[in-house]
Amino acid sequence: MRDFISARTHNIPPSGIRRFFDIVQEMDDVISLGVGEPDYATPWVACEAGIASVEQGQTSYTSNRGLPALRTEVSRYLGKRFGIQYHPEDEMVITTGASEALDIAIRTVTDPGDEILIADPSYVSYSPGVMLSDGVPVRVPCRMEDEFRLTPDALMEKITPKSKAVICNFPNNPTGGVMSREDYRGIAEIICDHDLLLISDEIYTEMTYDGEMTSAVQAEGLRERTILINGFSKAYAMTGWRVAYLCAPKELCDAALKIHQYVMLSAPTMSQYAAVGALKNADLDREEMVTEYQMRRNLFVRGLNRIGLTCHLPRGAFYAFPSIKEFGLSDVEFAERLLIEHHVAVVPGSVFGPSGAGHLRCSYAISREDLREAVRRIEAFTTSL
Amino acid sequence: MDAKDWLLLRILEEDSTQELSEVADLTDLTEAEVEDRVSAMEDDRIIRGYCASIDWEKAGEGVAAATVNLKVTPERDFGYDRIAERIARFPQVSSLRLISGEYDFEIRVTGRNIQDITRFVSEQIAPMEQIRETGTILVMKSYKENGRILYDRKEGERLLFSF
Ligand SMILES: Cc1ncc(COP(=O)(O)O)c(C=O)c1O
Repeated sequence: MRDFISARTHNIPPSGIRRFFDIVQEMDDVISLGVGEPDYATPWVACEAGIASVEQGQTSYTSNRGLPALRTEVSRYLGKRFGIQYHPEDEMVITTGASEALDIAIRTVTDPGDEILIADPSYVSYSPGVMLSDGVPVRVPCRMEDEFRLTPDALMEKITPKSKAVICNFPNNPTGGVMSREDYRGIAEIICDHDLLLISDEIYTEMTYDGEMTSAVQAEGLRERTILINGFSKAYAMTGWRVAYLCAPKELCDAALKIHQYVMLSAPTMSQYAAVGALKNADLDREEMVTEYQMRRNLFVRGLNRIGLTCHLPRGAFYAFPSIKEFGLSDVEFAERLLIEHHVAVVPGSVFGPSGAGHLRCSYAISREDLREAVRRIEAFTTSL
Repeated sequence: MDAKDWLLLRILEEDSTQELSEVADLTDLTEAEVEDRVSAMEDDRIIRGYCASIDWEKAGEGVAAATVNLKVTPERDFGYDRIAERIARFPQVSSLRLISGEYDFEIRVTGRNIQDITRFVSEQIAPMEQIRETGTILVMKSYKENGRILYDRKEGERLLFSF
């Protein structure tokens, strides 16, 4: 038989944590710092809204763009939280998770050979997404010395005549790094000067702990050339509902919608109703959860620094990204031995790109008790080295 | 009161027995700073006290509780305050609130059994001259108290690894 799998698919690297997954299945006392989702249940008001929609028989497709009521709420939310305006009628698409939004955003802008700059380390889907469109992912290093911000200098260095777009994600998975308004202004200038587009994955913005929550779109010149992605998975603990949104100027939005209507038709209806409930009534739940994560961050980062794992203060998301360079093991070796010998699961930083090498992504979206125990076990491991 | 004080209150309200070092870690303060801030809030009576949240039923102690709504005739010059202070003195009354609507006060009464409660209401509360009417609602089972769920609830499951 022929090899039916396309070269494009062959070229995508396999998941960097498959092996860890297999090891972890065999253990029953693992503390996992490997989770990329909140440990809270979805706010009950949102669940009720979803359940009620099903009870009322709202089980058909919605409009391709998404429920009008949800688009109106999203528009209101973005205005209130960031002071940015997107028209619910023609500048927004409700998607099946930020995952779909990323996929269609990348496909909307990428022609074969286009270079897409990716702030590195990055969420794992960006680079394969670019490759599936025959684009060329170009990684722009973000460094611990800069608290993992995307700096104008680093960006400049990677720009070529083939550069088409930049993908960034702040607050960042895996580093917890954030961008201030000032930081965004710095890269906005370059993006405008070189006529690039920005795809900004802002799914963690609500999890901003010190200082102001920011959106790239607030920076002068960026609104016209940004595809903004945000969603409900993190802020409202709704990962399983698969609902998010993409906002962009009309022309870009119409183009993305064209893909969305063919590949997805519409986002899950029940989930869209739940999302309306979340935006309308779940502020308190969200604030409660974010406050808890801020405290866990304080607790965990202090713990890591105390036992000698140097860690910048992650100002957003729910990940700490300590360096393990001084222990003489690669991040993959470190993570593997930590799991096998001390039953603590972390994700090696290099899984997220070359700039993540020598670091571990540790999610602190687990109980305080488990965080304390994880620190004890990590200490036991490092002192054994 | 600043954001850190607010965090401290939230932590203490949830569990006031946590180690000082833990509280310091959670708030990113030093232990001395935590102590200073907490005692300042105690002095200001923002923190009114510390107590345990107990499931008495589980402890094998008979418990009964009722919400009793009261219609009250307010007094010239004192309004509701003086009668409220009289009712509040009874140890059987665990909370007392002035409410809007048909009734004036809502009190929470606890005792070892229903007889305790009905006796208390009919012999101590109802006969007070300012009380015009009482409406007693007995608690049959408690599912949540002071923000704490009292039944067993299964947690949702998450993957051990996800991006
Ligand atoms: C940076 C980032 N973007 C997107 C996603 C995917 O989000 P969704 O659940 O909305 O598809 C994640 C999930 O982990 C993420 O961390």
